[in-house]
Amino acid sequence: MSDPVSTRRPRVTLEPAALQQLIDTLRTDGFRVIGPVLGNGSIVYDDLTSTSQLPQGRTDRQQPGLYRLGTREDEAWFGYAVGPHSLKRFLYPPVTRLWKAERKGSGLTLVPEGDEAPPTAFVGVRACDVAAMLVQDRVLLQGPYIDPAYRQRRQAAFIVAVNCGSPGGTCFCASMGTGPAVKTGHDIALTEVLADGAHAFVAEAGSDRGAALLGRLATRPVTDGEAACAAAAISDAARHMGRTVAAEGVPERLAANVEDPRWDLVARRCLTCANCTLVCPTCFCSTVEDETDLSGAHATRVRKWDSCFTLDFSYIHGGSVRPSPYARYRQWLTHKFGTWVEQFGTSGCVGCGRCITWCPVGIDVTEEVRAMGGQAPSDLPVASA
Amino acid sequence: MSAAVASPMVPDLYRVRQVRRETDDTFTLELGLARGSQPFRFLAGQFNMLAVPGVGEVPISISGDPGAPDTLVHTTRAVGAVTRAMRAMKKGDMLGVRGPYGTGWPVTEAEGHDVLVIAGGIGLAPLRPTIYRLLANRDRYGKVVILYGTRTPADILFRREVEAWRARLDVEVYVTVDRATEGWHGTVGVVTKLIPKAPFDRTRTVAMVCGPEVMMRFTALELEKRGVETDQIYLSMERNMKCGIGLCGHCQCGATFICKDGPVFRYDAIKGLLSQREI
Amino acid sequence: MHTLEPILAEHPFLKDLKQEHLELLVGCASNVRFEAGAFVFRQGQEANHFYILRDGKVAVELFAPQRGAVAIDTYGEGDVLGWSWLIPPYHWRFDARAIEPTRAIALDARCMRTKCENDHELGYELMKRFARIIEQRLDATRWQLLDVYGVRS
Repeated sequence: MSDPVSTRRPRVTLEPAALQQLIDTLRTDGFRVIGPVLGNGSIVYDDLTSTSQLPQGRTDRQQPGLYRLGTREDEAWFGYAVGPHSLKRFLYPPVTRLWKAERKGSGLTLVPEGDEAPPTAFVGVRACDVAAMLVQDRVLLQGPYIDPAYRQRRQAAFIVAVNCGSPGGTCFCASMGTGPAVKTGHDIALTEVLADGAHAFVAEAGSDRGAALLGRLATRPVTDGEAACAAAAISDAARHMGRTVAAEGVPERLAANVEDPRWDLVARRCLTCANCTLVCPTCFCSTVEDETDLSGAHATRVRKWDSCFTLDFSYIHGGSVRPSPYARYRQWLTHKFGTWVEQFGTSGCVGCGRCITWCPVGIDVTEEVRAMGGQAPSDLPVASA
Repeated sequence: MSAAVASPMVPDLYRVRQVRRETDDTFTLELGLARGSQPFRFLAGQFNMLAVPGVGEVPISISGDPGAPDTLVHTTRAVGAVTRAMRAMKKGDMLGVRGPYGTGWPVTEAEGHDVLVIAGGIGLAPLRPTIYRLLANRDRYGKVVILYGTRTPADILFRREVEAWRARLDVEVYVTVDRATEGWHGTVGVVTKLIPKAPFDRTRTVAMVCGPEVMMRFTALELEKRGVETDQIYLSMERNMKCGIGLCGHCQCGATFICKDGPVFRYDAIKGLLSQREI
Repeated sequence: MHTLEPILAEHPFLKDLKQEHLELLVGCASNVRFEAGAFVFRQGQEANHFYILRDGKVAVELFAPQRGAVAIDTYGEGDVLGWSWLIPPYHWRFDARAIEPTRAIALDARCMRTKCENDHELGYELMKRFARIIEQRLDATRWQLLDVYGVRS
C-alpha cells in the first residue's frame, strides 16, 4: 500500500488553501474525512470538512496524568502532539456487531452482520499513530485468522500524515524508532513549515494513490528554504522528545525480572482503571457479549474493546489467573514491551506517550521499563511544551 | 456493505443428538451438523468454541473419536452460565460451533515409543481422542499405559470405557482416587503414585498429561525425577478465551497464545511459565 | 527364620542393606497373612509391628460418623506399612484394612527398637529409609489436600 523509505518520491509544496482542496477532493472521491479538532477539552479525531476546524494556533501540554490545551505564539495548524484518540477508534471500533441469532422453538437461525463503515481518509495522523496502525496490521491481519472488518476498513483507509514539529512532554517516538517523521504506511506525508510569515506544507507521496491525489491539487515546487525548514523541524523534534527509553534488550530484561520489587511499587499506585489500554493505539484485546431482547428469542453478539486490567479478563472456572493488580500491571507492561516482540516481530509500543498522559496517577512506562532489573531512574530533562 | 465481515467469528449451527450425564457435574454433548452432514475432522487435543446465543461462548475440548468424525462429541463440567445452559439442552436443540482450533497431542511423534497417558479429573476428556487413536493404531506404538487420578470413585469419568480399556491385554490402565468410601477396592492416593507402577521405558517414552494445572505440574516433576526428558512430556493448558483464534488476547500465558500455540505444549517450552505465579 | 532372609533382601525398602543389618532384622521378622476385609491394625492400638508388604492391597482408613470409613491411601507389593512404631507413644492413628488377600513380613516393633538402640548404625540406616517414605507420603498428602479436582464456584 505504501512505498518503502528508499524510493523517495519528489516533494511538492501545498499552500494552506491547497489543504482545503485536499479535504474537498477526498470528500468528492467518497471518503469520510477525519482530522484533529478541539473537543472534550482536548484535541480529538472527528469529521473534518474545513481547515478552519483544525486547532490553529493551539498546542497541548502533556505530563504524567496531565493534559492541558494551550495557545501558541504562532498560527501553526498542527502544533501539538496526540490527543486521547488514535486511528484504532475508527479502524478497530470499540463496539462491532458480529452476528444476530433468532430462536424459534428448538430451531435457530444465525445471520452474520456486515460492517457499514464508509471509506475514511485520516488527515493529520502522526508518525506514532501510523506506526501503531502497522503494528495492529501484524496482529489482526497476519495471523492464522484475520479480522475481516479491520481488513476492510484498513484497505479503504487513506492516510494523510503530518510529521511532528511539536513533540509532547510524554512523547518518546524517537526512542521507539517510530518518529517524529513518518516512514511508511502513509499515502501522503506533510511537514508544516512556518517561518518569516510564510505558511506552507511540504508534501511527499508515500503511495501511488497519494501521488495521484497530489497531482490533482494546486501544488508548487519546494523551495530550498522550505526544504531546510522542514528538515530542521523534524530533527529539532527528535531532539526535544519529552521522554526517552533504551529500547535495546527490554524484552529479555522484563522476562528476567518477573518478581522485581519494582512491580510492587507500581502496583500500589495502579488503579487498574484501564485508561492506558483504552488510549493505547496498539492495544487490541477484545471481548464478546451477547445482547438479548426481553423475549430471549433474539440475540446479537458484539465484540467490544476489553482490557487485561479487568479482574475477570483472565477468569477460568473458579477464579482469575491474575487476581492481583501487581500481576495485571506486569502483564500489560511485559506484553507491550516484551512478549509482543516474540509474538509479532516488533515492539507493541510506538512511543506516543498517551498512557503516561492519561494515567490518573501518572505512571510513566518509560520510568518503569528503565527501573525493572535495577536500573537507576534517569534524570533527563523533561521538555515543557 | 459487505456480508460475512465477521466470518471467523460466525459459528456453524449444530444440532444436539444426545446429552449424557457422566458424573455429578460432568456431561457429554453429541452433536451433528444442523444442515447437511459433513464429517467434523479434528486432531486429538483440539477444541471448539461452543456458543449458546444469548448466553455466551466457551472453549471446550473435543472428546470424541477422530476416526469417527460423523458425530462431534464434547465432554465438560457444568460450571458457568453457558455450560449449564448446554447441560439443560434436549435432543434437537441447536448451538453454534467454531473450530477446530489449537495444537493436538503428538500422536504421530509418539509412534515407535512407549506412550504414557496421564489424566487427572476432567483431563481424561481431552485425552480420550488420543486413546482412541492409540488403540486404533496399536501396532504403531510400544507399551501403552493409561494412568487416571480423580477425586472419588463417583467422579471416575467414562467408567465403563476405562474398564473396557483395562480389560484389553495390550493396554495397562491404573486408576486412583484421592479418597474413597467403602466399596472401593482400587488404589487410593495421588495420581503420581501410579507412575512407579507403570511399566514404561523412560528412554523411549512420550508422556501426555492433562488435568488441573497444579496436577500437571507435580506430575511432570515426578516424571522428570524418573528420568523422562522434558522434551518427551506434553501438557494441555487452559486459559480464558473469547475468540479462540488469536485475536482477543485473553488466552495469553507469557508470550504464548493458548488458543493457537497450544493448548498442547511440549513441557520444556513452558516449564518456566508453570512455576511463575499469576502469569 | 532362614527362609525370610531372601524375601527381605529382595524388598525395595531394604535394598542395599548391609548383610549384618539384614540378619538383625530377620531376628524380629515373622510371616503374616491377612484375608480380604481383615484389619491389619486399628486406630488407638499399640503399634507393635510394621509391615513389609509382599503382595495384596491394604487401605489406610479413618472412620468418620455419617461418612463411614474413608480410605486415604492404599499400599501393595513393594510398600512399607506403618511408622507409628518409631515415634512414642507408639499408637496407630489410623485403621489399616486388607482389601485383597495380603501377604506381608511383620517386624516386631519392640524387638526392632531394642536392636536400633543397641546398634545405632542400624538405627540410622532405618531412619534414613523411613524419612524418605515419610517425605513421599507428606508430599502426596499435601497434593491430595489441595483437592485439585474439586470445583470452585
